[in-house]
Amino acid sequence: MPADDKERATYRALVDRVLTGEGRASEEQRAQAFSNDGLAQPLDALIDKVASRPAQVTDADFAAAKASGFSEDQLFELVLCAAIGQSARLYEAGLAALAEATGSGETG
Amino acid sequence: MRLEILNSGYRPGTKLLFAVIRLFSGQPVPDAAKLVFYRPDFYGTQAKKFTHEAMRGPSAWSVGDRELMAAYVSKVNGSAFCIGAHTATAAQAYQDGAKVQAVLANLESAPIQEPLRATLRMLGKLTAEGEVSADDIREVLSAGVSPQQIEDALAVCVAFNTTDRLADAFGFEVLSAEGFEAGAKYLLKRGYR
Repeated sequence: MPADDKERATYRALVDRVLTGEGRASEEQRAQAFSNDGLAQPLDALIDKVASRPAQVTDADFAAAKASGFSEDQLFELVLCAAIGQSARLYEAGLAALAEATGSGETG
Repeated sequence: MRLEILNSGYRPGTKLLFAVIRLFSGQPVPDAAKLVFYRPDFYGTQAKKFTHEAMRGPSAWSVGDRELMAAYVSKVNGSAFCIGAHTATAAQAYQDGAKVQAVLANLESAPIQEPLRATLRMLGKLTAEGEVSADDIREVLSAGVSPQQIEDALAVCVAFNTTDRLADAFGFEVLSAEGFEAGAKYLLKRGYR
């Protein structure tokens, strides 16, 4: 497989943009949402649902996060980071298994 | 949608574009399309590039196969909006709605080729369990799928694991059958750019 695979490179650019580009949430908060680790409640409950069981997200989850001081633009960013973070973990797991199965030694 | 900025926080030019789309399609602009117009520099611009590459870029998988993968991954995630959107798009791409419905109802008995079935099975496991083993991948390879096809299928899976989460978290409105058909026609004509 080509190391410069276009799909992977485009995905990496998306990940880099949401984690380190200009944003309203801090880079630390975005990284925590991406990894679904280290956020305080009630935001943590919302972000964990986005990563693990998104169909269970409710209006109340957003209302609680807003009431704790997060703006809508910050929540927009943090939900995106959580969704992309879980997807990135799936991508890495799939590519690693593919590399092992084909003996290419490449883990994406 | 659950964030008011995603309902009404668009620039005047974007609001005008939405009005034109409504006028010509006779359907509301799907929330999935709206989302990529909100602060596009943060997410939409780069997300569209990745999704278009995965769904319409060069691949040994047909557009119908990739739309079916999108529908199947969305089914595993239970994401109503994306199931509706990509069931309609796969059905139009294949000109065979019964085949798509059969896959979503029962992958193992559906009338599709083994390489596609083995690939969908692996994508379903990755989506549901968060991991697959090298043996899972070897089963797909032994069904006649190339490593590059597996990589291409993983990109589709990743794109829709993101979109499914956003659809459910932000609360995308599920469209009428006519709305999904109009969206499918657009996606087959223009792609995700």
